[in-house]
Amino acid sequence: MSTADRLPRLLALIPYLMSHPGAQVPEVAKIFGLSEKQLIDDLQLVWMCGLPGHTPGDLIDVSWDGGEILIDNADTIARPLRLGVDEASALLVALRMLAEMPEFGERDALTRVIAKFEQASGEGAEVSNQVTVEVDATPDALPGVNEALRRGRRLSLRYYVPGRDEVTPREVDPMRLVVVDGRSYLSGWCYRAEAVRLFRLDRMLTVEVLDVAADPPADAVPDEVTSGVFRPSPTDELVELELTPAGRWVAEYYPCEQVEELGEGHMRVALRARDQGWLVRLALRLGDTGRVLSPASLAESVRAAATSALNRYESVS
Amino acid sequence: MSRRKTERLLNLVICLLATRRPLSAEHIRQAVPGYDSENDEAFQRMFERDKNELREIGIPIEVHKDPWEEDPGYRIVRQAYELPEITLEPDEAAVVGLAAQVWQRASLAEAASGALLKLRAGGVETDEAGGMLGGALELRVDTRDPSFPALWEAVRDRRAVRFAYRGAAGQSVLTRTVEPWGVVSRRGRWYVVGHDRDRDAPRVFRLSRISGTVTTIGRPGAVVVPEGVDIKSMVGYSDDLNVTERTALIRVREGTCQGLRQVARAVRPGADGWDELDVDFTDPGRLAGWVVGFAADAEVVGPPDARDAVICRLKGALL
Repeated sequence: MSTADRLPRLLALIPYLMSHPGAQVPEVAKIFGLSEKQLIDDLQLVWMCGLPGHTPGDLIDVSWDGGEILIDNADTIARPLRLGVDEASALLVALRMLAEMPEFGERDALTRVIAKFEQASGEGAEVSNQVTVEVDATPDALPGVNEALRRGRRLSLRYYVPGRDEVTPREVDPMRLVVVDGRSYLSGWCYRAEAVRLFRLDRMLTVEVLDVAADPPADAVPDEVTSGVFRPSPTDELVELELTPAGRWVAEYYPCEQVEELGEGHMRVALRARDQGWLVRLALRLGDTGRVLSPASLAESVRAAATSALNRYESVS
Repeated sequence: MSRRKTERLLNLVICLLATRRPLSAEHIRQAVPGYDSENDEAFQRMFERDKNELREIGIPIEVHKDPWEEDPGYRIVRQAYELPEITLEPDEAAVVGLAAQVWQRASLAEAASGALLKLRAGGVETDEAGGMLGGALELRVDTRDPSFPALWEAVRDRRAVRFAYRGAAGQSVLTRTVEPWGVVSRRGRWYVVGHDRDRDAPRVFRLSRISGTVTTIGRPGAVVVPEGVDIKSMVGYSDDLNVTERTALIRVREGTCQGLRQVARAVRPGADGWDELDVDFTDPGRLAGWVVGFAADAEVVGPPDARDAVICRLKGALL
């Protein structure tokens, strides 16, 4: 936390200590994201401040003997500062997004809490209406997935993998439901892959809750999704494509390692993908709006696939 | 911010909160330690800066100009400063905890955690584990686009913006001047919606197509969001309107094209190792883009424009 944030922090710290008499140094430091040393330094600063006059009777009285913090004579700033526009909006936008997810099931609590924050934030509440996060329609798979998570049961899925155009049966011990940018995923231990995998709910063709307790390995960690859900591995082959203006969408949809503008809207991109089949599909789909520059083997596979497909059309007509 | 300055500002806040009657600058100079008592000009400059800094963090300083007083008076009105009393039921605390996590590592993350700290400081217990599903639910909204923070601030401050934008056709980058009405996330993409001054019409812009920096122009408060405007529906499905849906007949090799089979309205097993699918579509180009991915395992039989679109796409891949 930078020093510029120190005053806002103190204006929250003092009320926190007033409303939590006897709070412990380590616990308070954790809540405010500080080291214990930084917290003590804050307390020493607070101890120098107070009402005009600044006689001992005017100053805020703080002690932290034995790690127990007691504060007195700070009634003037006993309440925190009201929520700023950014703060109120961050909460309200997220709460309204939750309210849009019927499967979330806390409708009632959300309605009450949104009303409370709207009332408490005034102007901030108004601006927050100008930020919206849309949520995809509830996937059919959700009730089953929710039930398995709630009851700790194993799931049996038929799951579609577009990269390989396969529908495979999977048994999965669900670990966590993850909603990223309005789209739902299940993170769970996949017995077929013997690893934690992320499954998109709208690609589950059937969902069956088994009468078996979910039992993922103790050291299985749910996927980290903060960095996005499309995560090729650095060992996957690097593919170079040249795109025309009409093919630029590739760079918007998939994380590219290199992007080079070639002028007039043409661009060269480099991306990694695990699956050769997926890359061939992408290149075919691009048609004349994109071209594989390297590796040569991929360019050759694309030509071969296009040629054999064209043969079908030409032989029939 | 130096320690001495933090001390001075904290004392200033306490002083302005404690007073019932507005205080003149001179009075404040005497009451708050750390102000220059020798040099009037230096004091004035410092006091101006201090007031601005307090306002920047959201502290409402009231200025009184009484006709019979020469100098203005300052104070902080308690009701305007303090977080109103909020109490949360346990289920409400759980949803607030969950909502605050949504922005983790996105650009509103700091605002969300700041809000939680204030709530806790005010004695509101929020449930950070998220309660729901015993912590088995995680929500994330990303704001990866570098232009997001600037556009959010422009929306918040009601200021017009200017940025370089590459249109959907992709060829050219044009400078656009926009009065932003709001930002919308749809299917993982952010859009800014507003009045395009150059076209004199409402427009939607995708943040990923903005290149370079977003500059604000004009004064804060200058943008007026028209009453009743629905920013969400503006980002909606406009390209899908007024287009009639048709059905394509597609032959697919047995045991292949799982993706096509899933969306087909009907699947008829054929005798020659090929099955027939009826697949609804609106745009032949879009259908072709998808079907060519199955290469020699799928063949669009008709209608003719859809079949031609596939042939054209395949020939394009051979160029």
